Amino acid sequence: MRVYDTDLGSDLLLGTAQYPSPATLAQAITASGAAVVTVSLRREGGHGTGFWPLIQAAGCRILPNTAGCHSAQEAVTTACMARDLFETNWIKLEVIGHADTLQPDPFALVEAAGILVAEGFEVFPYTTEDLIVGERLVDAGCRVLMPWGAPIGSGQGLRHREALATMRAHFPSVPLIVDAGIGAPSQAALAMEMGFDGVLLNTAVAKAGDPVAMARAFGQAVQAGRAAHLAGLIPPRDMASPSTPIFGMADLATVLA
Amino acid sequence: MITVLGMGGAGLCAATALTEAGLAVQLAAPQGPSASHLAGGMLAPFCEAEAAPALVTTLGRGAAGWWEARVPGVHRCGTLVIAPPRDGTELRRFASRSTGHQALDGTGITALEPALAGRFSRGLFFADEAHLDPRAALAALAATLRAKGVAFDRTAQGQIVDCRGIAARDRLPALRAVRGEMLLLRCPDLTLSRPIRLLHPRFPCYLVPRGKNTFMLGATMVESDHAGPITARSTMELLSAAFAIHPTLAEAEIIETGAGLRPAYADNIPTVQHDAGRWHLNGLYRHGFLLAPALAQQLAARLTIIPEPIHAD
Repeated sequence: MRVYDTDLGSDLLLGTAQYPSPATLAQAITASGAAVVTVSLRREGGHGTGFWPLIQAAGCRILPNTAGCHSAQEAVTTACMARDLFETNWIKLEVIGHADTLQPDPFALVEAAGILVAEGFEVFPYTTEDLIVGERLVDAGCRVLMPWGAPIGSGQGLRHREALATMRAHFPSVPLIVDAGIGAPSQAALAMEMGFDGVLLNTAVAKAGDPVAMARAFGQAVQAGRAAHLAGLIPPRDMASPSTPIFGMADLATVLA
Repeated sequence: MITVLGMGGAGLCAATALTEAGLAVQLAAPQGPSASHLAGGMLAPFCEAEAAPALVTTLGRGAAGWWEARVPGVHRCGTLVIAPPRDGTELRRFASRSTGHQALDGTGITALEPALAGRFSRGLFFADEAHLDPRAALAALAATLRAKGVAFDRTAQGQIVDCRGIAARDRLPALRAVRGEMLLLRCPDLTLSRPIRLLHPRFPCYLVPRGKNTFMLGATMVESDHAGPITARSTMELLSAAFAIHPTLAEAEIIETGAGLRPAYADNIPTVQHDAGRWHLNGLYRHGFLLAPALAQQLAARLTIIPEPIHAD
């Protein structure tokens, strides 16, 4: 996947929260092949922490996020802190509209995206599959969009599959990363088969019985889905289509008659 | 002579195990607060398996017996794990990731904790777990050591056993801090017999009875070096979760709040190791009272086998 003039080398992005330990997290990153990990600094380590050096040692590009921010101003402040701390212009922009559903607030999101782009950030906005919000974000200067699959941590997969397919068709040249709601490798593979450029997930790996093995499974699923998309999937049909040629076979019905 | 640095759970368990192994021990208390002072005091090797490797369960199984043999006030009443109806999947996940539990319905929950009657329809009971009051337990260990003639507040000499928790980062760069915040509540209208763990995807909490209608409510887990006071956010999240356990907790008095730094290695597993001329017992993370006895016994075994090296310091 190529975003903001950068070849990532992997289409999988991993979150870093809720793992049993930093050691398990580092092993999961390696097993998944992810090239980018997101980190939250709304809460963790505003005062310094021994956690981030352990993540940075995994050799991934860091995508700081504004998780937990509920207003444009809060998100902008957090993004500026993240830029200083991680020395990157990349920011995954989350502006949460509701504390229970963690649904993005599209109005504050567009506002914050405009401010951050003007300040030189390269913004990865966490949004819904709404086309007009997507257009407004692109207008604001976002060169990648991250529609949700389902609410954060819900593991429901692609809840609005048709709408996501429409979004893919509507933004043919904007990198689209499905972010949040992915619970199983099959769901990640489906997103990639549909032509999405990448998948970002956290809980499905962090809370798995064996996070490292699950990370590897997601890495394989994303690769398989991408390869299938590039190979060209056959369209579904409503009739069986024999895959073995029948030419030359005895026509038993005729013989018996 | 062996000098144990630190008087938290790690230090006092180490001093106890070494003394019991027949070694001459004294204690030196470094500056700074002990994370043990803020601990929950749950001896829950089976519940912890939900997010910890199997080694924690293995090492922690003997903890309740170890403490019971040495301090009063170890309550073997088990642990009750509950979830609001909406978070039933959390309960199923917890059950699949742990052992040593039985599923309870509302009647079963009420039989264990009458105060929770009608509030929860599903839960898990971990019958073989226990809890204690950390401050009382540490005071009891210290009193026993004093009675055996162990000197406190001495200047370090001889072989050093470093149990300073996060303060030992000056010698153990692999150690990191995991901030924890807690509250002590007094709630005359509520009686509970055992630790209650409320599962929630974002705001899990536990409530540990401390007797006389006081309860320890904890605890946050934040990857941060900051040891400052509890934040408003954490207070609200913890109290909201407690309110979900029982609404009468809204009337509780907050008699104390606390925030401290747990010492942890990258894999969140504690170790006994010898490094640069001293022994270290550290990295107990959120398992101080659960794992300190096993680690202290490991330390005693190693110190009674290996002859004490001659050191000028």
